[in-house]
Amino acid sequence: MTNQEVKNKIKTEEYFINMGPQHPAAHGVLRLLLTIDGEIIKNVEPDLGYIHRSIEKMCERDSYQQIVHLTDRMDYLSSNINNEAVCLTVEKALELEVSDRVKVIRTIISELTRLASHQLWWGVMGMDLGALTTYFYAFRDREMINDIFEETCGARLTMNYNIPGGLMFDIHPNFVQRTKDFITHFKTKLPEYDRLLTGNVIFEKRTKGVGILTKEDAISFGVSGPVARGSGFASDVRKHHPYSAYDRVDFKEILFTEGDTYSRYQVRMAEMWESMSIIEQLIDNIPEGAIQETTKAVIKLPKGEFYQRVETARGELGVYINSDGNKNPYRVKFRSPGFSNLSVLNHISKGVKIADLVATMASFDFVIPDIDR
Amino acid sequence: MLNQKIMKNEDLQNIINGFGTDLEFSTEASEFLNVVVPKEQLHSVCSQLKSNPDLKFNYAFCITGMDWGKELGVIYHLESTELKHQLVVKVMTDDRENPTLDSVHDIWQTADFHELEVYDFFGIKFNNHPKLRRLFLTPDWDGFPLRKDYVDEANMIVK
Amino acid sequence: MNLLIMNIPLNITGTIHDWINSIMPQTAANITEWVLIAVAYLALFAVAGLYLVLLERKVAAWFQLRLGPNRVGPWGLFQTMADALKLVSKELTSNDRIDKFLYNLAPYFVIVTSLTAMAVFPYSEQFQGFDINIGVFFLFAISSIGVIGILVAGWSSNNKFALIGAMRSGLQTISYELSVGLSILTMVLLSGSLQLSEIVEVQRTGGWLIWQGHIPAIIAFMIFMIAGTAETNRAPFDLVEAESELGAGFHTEYSGMKFAYFFLAEFINMFIIASIAVVLFFGAWLSPFGITEGITWFPEVLWFLIKVLLIIFLMMWFRWTFPRLRVDQLLTLEWKYLLPLNLVNLLLMAIVIWLNWTI
Repeated sequence: MTNQEVKNKIKTEEYFINMGPQHPAAHGVLRLLLTIDGEIIKNVEPDLGYIHRSIEKMCERDSYQQIVHLTDRMDYLSSNINNEAVCLTVEKALELEVSDRVKVIRTIISELTRLASHQLWWGVMGMDLGALTTYFYAFRDREMINDIFEETCGARLTMNYNIPGGLMFDIHPNFVQRTKDFITHFKTKLPEYDRLLTGNVIFEKRTKGVGILTKEDAISFGVSGPVARGSGFASDVRKHHPYSAYDRVDFKEILFTEGDTYSRYQVRMAEMWESMSIIEQLIDNIPEGAIQETTKAVIKLPKGEFYQRVETARGELGVYINSDGNKNPYRVKFRSPGFSNLSVLNHISKGVKIADLVATMASFDFVIPDIDR
Repeated sequence: MLNQKIMKNEDLQNIINGFGTDLEFSTEASEFLNVVVPKEQLHSVCSQLKSNPDLKFNYAFCITGMDWGKELGVIYHLESTELKHQLVVKVMTDDRENPTLDSVHDIWQTADFHELEVYDFFGIKFNNHPKLRRLFLTPDWDGFPLRKDYVDEANMIVK
Repeated sequence: MNLLIMNIPLNITGTIHDWINSIMPQTAANITEWVLIAVAYLALFAVAGLYLVLLERKVAAWFQLRLGPNRVGPWGLFQTMADALKLVSKELTSNDRIDKFLYNLAPYFVIVTSLTAMAVFPYSEQFQGFDINIGVFFLFAISSIGVIGILVAGWSSNNKFALIGAMRSGLQTISYELSVGLSILTMVLLSGSLQLSEIVEVQRTGGWLIWQGHIPAIIAFMIFMIAGTAETNRAPFDLVEAESELGAGFHTEYSGMKFAYFFLAEFINMFIIASIAVVLFFGAWLSPFGITEGITWFPEVLWFLIKVLLIIFLMMWFRWTFPRLRVDQLLTLEWKYLLPLNLVNLLLMAIVIWLNWTI
């Protein structure tokens, strides 16, 4: 009997499995409907909306200062960067130029946020693949960053430190010293973490050649962030459309061409080094200047459409504000990086095993509130 | 950070004008060049935007649904990763009962998911979409929340 | 009674045997002895299971830079007791569409096989429950039966995830049994007997088997550790219970005491694998260089326990460091790498013995 005849006689059926929305290691409330045949996945259909809070509709009835507070619940691991995006859009519309001090501090805080987010990603990636110890090591360092934020911004997760026009208050006197101490500490730890996972044979076999995304697919699906840079698509907004103080620091845009999970992993590990380098370049020379530019108490943007792109830890966040001259925006759209990244998951998961899907999802670093808004 | 080789808006306008009829261009109230395309020509204009070697708009970085009060429509923010210019394409339809537009998912595959979002919140149906369904809301939800005339006493708090 | 309390006799089993025989007729004495031995092994099973769980949690905490349980009792010594009490008092929930007979039967497969396997080890010169002349073969056969318990549990749960977990576990265990068996066979070649007390005797006179067999024995040990870890479904081979993927694997639908059976059985299996390694490679209850030779049972049991605990520590170290293997990588490892290596090693050991190159 030929192979095909045998397959016809011993028919295996495809069956449906639900991964999530409650799952010990899903990255939030995401429901994936998998159609699988044995261990091989035939189709992945995401079902979203479990944490949809209609942020865009709420923005239509809130004032511009209030919108900022809604944004850090979207991608809560890069909350500072989300706040910065909205503030930059409003400042662009009002043609308001903030002082150098504000720009530099915003950049430093964004990079610290990126470090914290990548650390959590690293811990969770190890945990998803079975190396359960990485989670604890990652959180230990994240705690140090959160302590710095708590002292300066007043909160550990949803910071709201940026306001349209500048910062809410000045940095704490200890901020510079604590950040420098943290960088010194982290520089000794990051090589350790690298050794734990990067050279490990089991890890490499689980991640090399898994979940390959080509550059053309990345561009067509609108993928951005470390996922796109792992496939060779140079999409770093900090480099191509600089904002805040990114045009005065020197950093590399990390690109790998293989497009598999291992290269996405390496992109993020290298990005942590680059973030530390950016902070080091800025931390010693924070210029003096005003912390807040005066704006009217009730901000009204001129009639028109305004768009700002920033680079969060997950990719390119775009804020589109359409204003008709009133004190509330007419339409706000948040172009979330996770949404476009999720759309490519079905395309690259056809024909792989469930364990590979878990590894791929870990390397994509989804935060579901970012996708659902 | 303007690269000297990025095409100016006037040159873009000249090339795109040849792709269809009745295209309206404007640059006021926006930092990009805006093009309003009649809905019948959407698919052909968009595929030429992508395939034309002087334009090569291959990266759709934001696809937004919009309710202008009378018309419903979609706004596409496009960029070329090689030639670095950017463009905004708008398309609208007057029909609020049964709005339909062409799907562009075969040109930019990111439109697949974004059109699902637009359908979910505005009710715009897309022709040739592989599987149009509600993405965020439950399948039996009544109405389209992001429209300006959406009323929902239970869930909305109106100031 | 006075005799037992006043001074610890050198020959405990002999003393107890004589005492019981003196107060009861022959058959009753035999039955009493059997019951006594069974109770002793059940006690050992329970205590070992409980304290191994605590050890795992403490070792994990040490690797993860935290403290581990330290509230319930000094150093958390009563923690697992509290956990066991909680599990016993839990409601035994289940679906109404399970296969009732198989569902209730499954935990007993794993428990009975683990207990039976524990009975043959020589914990000391006198403490060996069941010294049969096919000792190693018996051990090997008994531990193969444990797989049935897992498959039955997964099937009868009427749950897709449990079924996937059970199937994965089944194929993993069956594949790695080959490697375990062949490494054991390599050492049996060296010792010349299947009887466990004979194997220890060979090591008493000639030095530990891993030393006697040098290169092939060291390779056999490494293969045995890898395959043994896979046999017990522990990381890095724990895709059976991979929480990140499938909920909880084959024991998803079990709760309360039945879950406790599976849970304890996993730790006892770890104990068994470590004990086999200790008996076959490291000379069971023998002390290194014979330093406490002759002083009976107390130091001997202690040496056995120390060696077993060291090997268990090694297995725990694996779990908390490595990511887990995917199922096809697991099978590739066994069938394409470990099995050929094992066969070549067996040949190598045979040549070494034939040419008299053992130490």
